[in-house]
Amino acid sequence: MAIALVVVPLIFAAAAAAMPSQRWRPWLLPACAAAHVALTLAALRSQDVAAIGGWLKLDDLGRLVLPLVSVLFFACSLYAPGYLALRRERSNRVFVPCLLFFLAMNSLIVESQHLGLMWVAIEATTLAAAPLLYFNHNARSIEATWKYLLIGSVGIALALFGTFFLAYAALRAGLATSLFFADLVREAPRLSRPWLHAAFVLLFVGYGTKMGLAPMHTWKPDAYGEAPGIVGTLLAGALTSCAFLALLRFYQIVAAGGEAAFARQLMIGIGLLSMAVASVFMARQRDYKRMLAYSSVEHMGILVLGVGIGGAGVYGALLHLVNNAITKGVLFLSAGNIHRAYGSKSIDDVRGALRRLPFSGALFLAGFFAVTGSPPFAPFLSEFTIVRAAMTSGHAVVGGLFLVMLAIVFIGMGGAVLAVTQGEPPPSDPEGFRDRLGTVAPIALLMAVVVLLGVYVPAPLNALLRNAAAFVDVKP
Amino acid sequence: MQAVVDPLLVVLLLVNFFLLGTSRLRALINGSAAQGALLAFLVISVHGEITWQALAIALATVALKGAVIPSMLSRAMRDAAFHREVEPVIGFVPSLLLGSLGTGLSLVFARTLPLAPEHVGSLLVPASLATAFTGFLLLATRRKAITQVVGYLALENGVFVMGLTLVEAMPLLVEIGILLDLVVAIFVMGIIIEHISREFSSIDTARLSSLKE
Repeated sequence: MAIALVVVPLIFAAAAAAMPSQRWRPWLLPACAAAHVALTLAALRSQDVAAIGGWLKLDDLGRLVLPLVSVLFFACSLYAPGYLALRRERSNRVFVPCLLFFLAMNSLIVESQHLGLMWVAIEATTLAAAPLLYFNHNARSIEATWKYLLIGSVGIALALFGTFFLAYAALRAGLATSLFFADLVREAPRLSRPWLHAAFVLLFVGYGTKMGLAPMHTWKPDAYGEAPGIVGTLLAGALTSCAFLALLRFYQIVAAGGEAAFARQLMIGIGLLSMAVASVFMARQRDYKRMLAYSSVEHMGILVLGVGIGGAGVYGALLHLVNNAITKGVLFLSAGNIHRAYGSKSIDDVRGALRRLPFSGALFLAGFFAVTGSPPFAPFLSEFTIVRAAMTSGHAVVGGLFLVMLAIVFIGMGGAVLAVTQGEPPPSDPEGFRDRLGTVAPIALLMAVVVLLGVYVPAPLNALLRNAAAFVDVKP
Repeated sequence: MQAVVDPLLVVLLLVNFFLLGTSRLRALINGSAAQGALLAFLVISVHGEITWQALAIALATVALKGAVIPSMLSRAMRDAAFHREVEPVIGFVPSLLLGSLGTGLSLVFARTLPLAPEHVGSLLVPASLATAFTGFLLLATRRKAITQVVGYLALENGVFVMGLTLVEAMPLLVEIGILLDLVVAIFVMGIIIEHISREFSSIDTARLSSLKE
């Protein structure tokens, strides 16, 4: 099972690369996604999913992130055939296999229990994403791809540096150096402190680059702005979640070593900085896809902030991880539809999306209310949990700043979203892009999840969240 | 064999300065290839004896970092018909000075870290930090895409040297995986460079400036 989760998408990727038909190739995506969802459900049901001598194992953290990735990819795969049918002029011969390879590597990140293997998988996602970002083959997408590739590679190199530092912390303490997470967590109290600190900072910067935390976020607006909606969703929903999972694994080691206070300070600082940077840049943003990228920076900040606050904040952050990823799917896919219909990403050109695209426009608007934390949508619940954790744990100033920045983001983002959705649409070609079942239903599906999770968190999900929070927030 | 580790590291540091001081892309690529070959020798000498694992990693290193990647970069350079790094953000002399400052600081910083008994007095940790710093400097201050890739390689080489302190802990599979990832990364970068040169008739990343706030 553990192996199948990685190998099945790889087989589909190979099949997609070998398939000659441009027209039928995209249908491999929903087929593979359905298989992946089935495997994920089976894996969640079984108690012990492990393989290759413990290198792959689905632990409590993995049990939360794996279904998230799987569901998000499933929604994107339903959307993909309709989208790619509209883009017949572009070959999808590289695009489809890269998407499937990306899914395989995400499963591998979630399952790997070895620092080195996880690093290899994360680096592989960077490489798989490059052709995805370059799908449009124009000057702007080259620029975005180059920046993404270079900044992402530097981040990942720093993460490798940090990984070696962590291993050295064990070597210095005279322990048998092992790069398995479980060994490191067990031996954490005896690791050499200076090396442990230096390692965490490097790993935080490295995997934080991958998550897109400020000030390492500079690739994000360019990449998300130029990427097709599906790619934006998978980067902002799945890949950032996997990078966050990597960070949590290192946080777990540091916390087990009794140095949680050090890591938390760093996380609160960077979390607030990310939110501040996002709120400033979102307020003056004229490009609605870049605006979504800053929204992603903001929410990555919220995630690390929640962990930094600790206690109920960790639970809140994990719930927010789920809520943010699903909501980002709604936003990126509906923004992709609007972009397709108007041929512009600038809020100066796009007017009246609610009229021209009643479904995509409405979903975009609803997605905006959800992502900014309005009730009754799911992100409200998780953001509220984090604020309450901040207020009750003596972080009142942090909680106050958090609320102020949420308000600034709401106003800044609201202006742009209302400009896009309201008003009279400019005259258009009647043959142009219209809402169709294939490009709307997957978004509506994700939106339904956002609404559902806003009213109530199902018991199995709650159990997954509680287990994962307890797993991460170890006491030394 | 251990005795040659430090002299090899000194050569590595000298190549760093060469990379910082030269403006010709061909020389940069050659310098980077030389670092790759040095790393292969370092792998063998750090192991102290010729084992299967050491040999496999050394051979993979010299093949990939010493030959495959440099030849990919040379091809990218030929296709782009560009041979010189002009107008770096920071001039060559100032970047050499910064490089020496970084190397000095690495030596001081490594001294403050508690080293394992077998690495006290060894240059492995400071050389790793200094090489990574050189890579950063190249990445941040040069405008040509190929120079930036060489900078990334130097950063990666610095990380590799740090990895040499852990030879017992690293399974062969992971090391080969890391090397392979690196090659694919450079390969993808090479493809993008080709597209940059086709689209902009230049590999000057200063032209990549339409996306900004």
